[in-house]
Amino acid sequence: MLDVITSILVRTIVAGTPLLLGTLGEVVTERAGILNLGVEGMMSLGAVTGFIVTFTTGNPWLGMIAAILAGALISILHAFVTISLRANQVVSGLALTMLGLGLSGLWGKPYIGRPLLIKMTPIAIPGLSEIPVIGKVLFFQDAYFYLSVILGLIVWFVLKYTKVGITVRSVGENPKAAETLGINVTLVKYSCVMIGGAFAGMAGAHLSTAYSKSWIEGMTSGRGWIVIALTIFALWEPSKAFLGAYIFGGIFVIQYVLQPLGISPNLLAMLPYLTTLAVLLFYGMSSKGKRKMSAPATLGEPYIRGSR
Amino acid sequence: MSRIEKLEMKGISKSFVGVKANQNVDLTIEAGDVLGLLGENGAGKTTLMNILYGLYLPDEGHVHINGQEIRLRNPKDSMHAGIGMIHQHFMLVQKHTVLENIALGFEGAPFFFPQKYMRKQIKEYSERFGLEVDPDKRIWELSAGEQQRVEILKALFRNADLLIMDEPTSVLTPQEADDLFEILRKMSSQGHSVILISHKLEEIMAICNSVMVMRKGQVTGSARIEEVTQKDLARMMIGRELSGCYDKEEQESGETILEIQNLKVNSDQDLPIVNDLSFKVARHEILGVAGVSGNGQREMVEAVTGLRRALNGKVFLQGEDITNLSARKIHDRGITHVPEERIKHGTVSTLQLFENSVLKQHHKKPFSVRNLMNYSLIRTHADKLVKSYNVDAASISTPVKNLSGGNIQKLILGREIIAQPDVLIAAHPTYGLDVGAAEYIRKELIACRDRGGAVLLVSEDLEELFQVCDRIAVMFEGRFMGIVSPENCKIEDIGMMMAGAMPEDGGDE
Ligand SMILES: Nc1ncnc2c1ncn2[C@@H]1O[C@H](COP(=O)(O)OP(=O)(O)OP(=O)(O)O)[C@@H](O)[C@H]1O
Ligand SMILES: [Mg+2]
Repeated sequence: MLDVITSILVRTIVAGTPLLLGTLGEVVTERAGILNLGVEGMMSLGAVTGFIVTFTTGNPWLGMIAAILAGALISILHAFVTISLRANQVVSGLALTMLGLGLSGLWGKPYIGRPLLIKMTPIAIPGLSEIPVIGKVLFFQDAYFYLSVILGLIVWFVLKYTKVGITVRSVGENPKAAETLGINVTLVKYSCVMIGGAFAGMAGAHLSTAYSKSWIEGMTSGRGWIVIALTIFALWEPSKAFLGAYIFGGIFVIQYVLQPLGISPNLLAMLPYLTTLAVLLFYGMSSKGKRKMSAPATLGEPYIRGSR
Repeated sequence: MSRIEKLEMKGISKSFVGVKANQNVDLTIEAGDVLGLLGENGAGKTTLMNILYGLYLPDEGHVHINGQEIRLRNPKDSMHAGIGMIHQHFMLVQKHTVLENIALGFEGAPFFFPQKYMRKQIKEYSERFGLEVDPDKRIWELSAGEQQRVEILKALFRNADLLIMDEPTSVLTPQEADDLFEILRKMSSQGHSVILISHKLEEIMAICNSVMVMRKGQVTGSARIEEVTQKDLARMMIGRELSGCYDKEEQESGETILEIQNLKVNSDQDLPIVNDLSFKVARHEILGVAGVSGNGQREMVEAVTGLRRALNGKVFLQGEDITNLSARKIHDRGITHVPEERIKHGTVSTLQLFENSVLKQHHKKPFSVRNLMNYSLIRTHADKLVKSYNVDAASISTPVKNLSGGNIQKLILGREIIAQPDVLIAAHPTYGLDVGAAEYIRKELIACRDRGGAVLLVSEDLEELFQVCDRIAVMFEGRFMGIVSPENCKIEDIGMMMAGAMPEDGGDE
């Protein structure tokens, strides 16, 4: 029994890791006032880039770095279209998803059915990994997990306790006020979109070089959309992103556990979205929660200098 | 020694679609000067200052500092040149704390834990300049006056050589304004210079050593302060004499129309802020509410107009219980409301002027019939409103956000008064209006009363209250200290009551 629980928990963490990475990135992006619905596309591109680089060099670390760069680079497209050209963010994000999925399908074609020889392997933290259950779950995972936790703490800390954090949040809430204090709003927004892209790319590489070790077209299978839901679920706070990512990761795993018992996986696939709705409902009911729940004030709005 | 010895703006012109906001404007200011900038609503004062602060690029003209041309492409350039600005509309992040707002973009704040560092600094500054704010409160929890203090702190922190203040005193009490002027005097004696935009002529006379008057985008006069009188300034500004006093016919106040009983309201932080408040307003009466902002005026008004839950107590309109009805229902029954924060609560700033002119009535006949808007009628209505209230706008189709501050205010007031309400609740209605427009609005308030309406006027401008009100209530910490009639009460007594002290000879009658 203990073994089953341990294995479920381990897989929950593994399934939650790409969700956490993606959500952290989207939180940063949206906090600066830009909605990027292209996560699915950026993730997919990250997955294929990570896979190809790992495949050719035999080094999953290089794969990770390449995926991060790929995600950041493609997100510049979204930044340019929505920040510089002030186009509709929803439209641009959807286009980015399709572009990312298309490109990754194209580039990945020759690699289908050719598994990696080396993938990112779990690293045991000496000492701690011996602890029963917990050791296996938290201290015997691959580098992506450790990195995602560290990055999550950094994002949380930076947003909350540093000058840069105040700047980013202010840009999303009231870009005009930020500008009057000499802040380069465009630069902040571009940077945040690119950070979001980098995180999504990294999440993608996790899927193709750690979670599994092969490339299949469409392997992100909707995780990008779950990330969007998770960002709302987390109320734009990195701390809650942790909670959300592992809950949603758990739901992924439970799908496989419950399927033999005759519960439709489709039903379970709905759960992330239902949970998000439930959270919104829960916070929406209390007046205190409502204040907390509100999205960054200028999310989705283009910022035009010199207008008022 | 300050870095800006002399700043000149030469031949500045700036046009927006349909308006020439500035035409060939020259301005000179030297270290230690306090320059008053006057002008009607929409004269182009804010535009000129935004150019100096790098927010707008001028179409033509240059800025010179100490004889050298300098390009101000964005606020950062201006800040580096030593220019600081307090904006007419608050530039604050509503959801953030006071600390975070002051730390934003402040180069002196450390990278890590700026909040902690700022808390100490703010405490010191607040004490030094007598600007009291709770650094951990969020902006949305603050009254307009408190928000203004945050803005002032922000500018003080940046220690500008030239400080631009765009109507900083509109929402301050006389006492607070005096404190601010004390700070400005201190700054000017240390070689800082100040440009002060204000519609209050007494202020300009009291603190400035030179003035410049603008009309319709052009400079119409400038002078040393010794050479002019208040009357001259008014004439230069609006091109006619001000009447200055208001002929108010004595009116028998009629039946009670609005009655508040034991009203109890909580603030945004869920703390009691209006305690057991009872009063009545009758037809043919203007009841003024004086008080330092933050003493529950806003919450009281919001509770009466249906924007905030009354926890206890009753509100009656013509004997009918309207406590905690929705804002729309209350409005439909005849209470109109001019809110304190006009941009946020009074208009939808991205909608066009004519659409804003019927807000709150748009769902009713004649402006809409069976959910279909009657736009031709709405446009005629807007035209009429713009004409009779002198709203200066390029056309009735411009988005409201492009109007100058004072003109937005005129639009809201016009909209609420023209509806011929039984009860008009106005919070700081002449805030930001030029003297001509303010005079007009006060006359309209009196006209509303003469027509048989009741007016509840919340204001910090005691002069105004004395000029138009039949009775004045002084609010302090959620209660009325007393209700006095302006004929047999001194302004100083009200000032004392606003601070929570009862005058000895008893203003109560
Ligand atoms: N960004 C803009 N877009 C379009 N029109 C504008 C813009 N900014 C200002 N205007 C117009 O320029 C004119 C001058 O406006 P400005 O805000 O400078 O007036 P002001 O003197 O500050 O008036 P107030 O005393 O009411 O604040 C107004 O007619 C206004 O409608
Ligand atoms: Mg102005």
